[in-house]
Amino acid sequence: MIAQTSHISHTVRPARPAPERDPAWIGRLFWLTAAMVIMWPLLVATEFKPWILFDAQSRKSTLRFLGDFFPPVVNLEFMTMVAKETWRTVAVATAGMALALVLAIPLTLLSTRALSVSALTGRMATMPFVFRQAIRFLLIMLRSVPELVWALIFVRVVGLGPTAGVLAIALTYGGMLGKVYGEILESGDAHASTTLMRSGASRMQAFFYGLLPQNAAEITSYTVYRWECAIRSSVVLGFVGAGGLGQQLDNSMKMFNGGEVATILIVFILLVALADRVSYVLRREIG
Amino acid sequence: MNTPPSIPSSQPFFSARCRACWFVAGLVALIALSFWSLDLAWSSFFSMDAVASMGRFVGEFFPPDLSSAFLLKVWKGTVETLAMSLLGTIIAAFIGILLALPASSIRQAGQASSFVYVMRLPTRAFLNVLRAIPELVWAALLLISAGLGPFAGTLALALHTSGVLGRLFAEAIENAPPGPAAALQAQGVSNTRIFFYATLPQVLPQLMSYTLYRWENNIRAAAVLGVVGAGGLGQLLSFHMGLFQMSKTATVLTAMILLVALVDLTSYATRRILSR
Repeated sequence: MIAQTSHISHTVRPARPAPERDPAWIGRLFWLTAAMVIMWPLLVATEFKPWILFDAQSRKSTLRFLGDFFPPVVNLEFMTMVAKETWRTVAVATAGMALALVLAIPLTLLSTRALSVSALTGRMATMPFVFRQAIRFLLIMLRSVPELVWALIFVRVVGLGPTAGVLAIALTYGGMLGKVYGEILESGDAHASTTLMRSGASRMQAFFYGLLPQNAAEITSYTVYRWECAIRSSVVLGFVGAGGLGQQLDNSMKMFNGGEVATILIVFILLVALADRVSYVLRREIG
Repeated sequence: MNTPPSIPSSQPFFSARCRACWFVAGLVALIALSFWSLDLAWSSFFSMDAVASMGRFVGEFFPPDLSSAFLLKVWKGTVETLAMSLLGTIIAAFIGILLALPASSIRQAGQASSFVYVMRLPTRAFLNVLRAIPELVWAALLLISAGLGPFAGTLALALHTSGVLGRLFAEAIENAPPGPAAALQAQGVSNTRIFFYATLPQVLPQLMSYTLYRWENNIRAAAVLGVVGAGGLGQLLSFHMGLFQMSKTATVLTAMILLVALVDLTSYATRRILSR
């Protein structure tokens, strides 16, 4: 392939007009074939059979389900229920975020290198280093378990309902916030806080007067962004029985009630758009 | 007691401070209302009974099922999860770029673009809808037409991700330097060729990095998609948890956490190497 390409480029004279055909077509053909060869096992592993979307049985049930979408159910009783569940979704996300903060803030303070006294003079001492790494590992563990899995576990322990959702969001988001807060604190200019600590301020004083004012905007803006994400996951958590819009959506879907599914989906899209907007405006204000 | 500091009279500082006050007050109210309106079962969570049942629950995880037959099954689930995420991301990248073209507002590209420009807002709205619905909800919706299994999961990942990527790609295309495209246009080159020979080569590195970033996210998402029956490790998890086979559940959970941690580690290491 390479030999052929160089051969072509060798024979092209500068005065000739631009070639009609793509000069690199052999290379493109090769990569296309290679991609197909790599794709093949993927298609097998994922049982990728697009034609089953169009066989008679599946087409009939899909069309019936989609046909049911119109008109969406908008009677008063259903809409009241949807409004209540929407609030629940927001409340689960907000309560979960509040608990996540309760978890994340102390863990951040314990794990951030920016508040190490021994690191002021050269390397951090061994024990504090091990302790910080241990807290960091805990944060990674909390974050690595997806919130849906936490919810599945808590639904077993505390039963169906919003408690499982709140706890799931609190643990996963606590881990995420803790890790990112730590990174934000360490990435900023450490001059103010280290000077404070060098001249005898306590770690908390160095945090409140040095680190926090410097990084407050970034931390707040990240928290608001995560709250927006929490609303989205709170809907998903409903699918495993944690209440809110997700659970209603799951119920309506299991009963093949297209009209109700359509209404809930529209409300959900509006909710996400609203959260997106609020979060955008707040983050712009915070700057 | 020292006297409280007087309120500064300068107007901008005062108004900014008050907005912050409003923000905090609203936040506190929202949190209080949330806790108050949810019937949270704290008593049952912190009672001795719950602690005991939690202990029993965790105790049942041990020992995890490490028989070779089951490990093989978990391995297959892991491969399926990875394949779902990879294929879903590839499909999404293609749909994303197809939708990003009408969604990006390049107006000066000749006559055909007036139609393209009209299509801009509807395409953006469509992308927003694709993006607003989470993978898991897409999977649950797609089960009706695609049936149980990894195919539904792959499509679900592809749909949500094409919404995300479409928007990011559109922004990348809009922000590309217009010089090369304008030069080709002045030579009378057609729009398709302008895209392939000027715009695409300029934005390709950025598109690749967005796609890789979404792939990382999608591995995490694919791991849990199976909870609604869309294949991968999640399907094994919900299956064995539903049957109360806790030792098998523990193995699947461990595999899931290892997969996510491995992906995190790889991406962290890659970023470290690339930014060095």
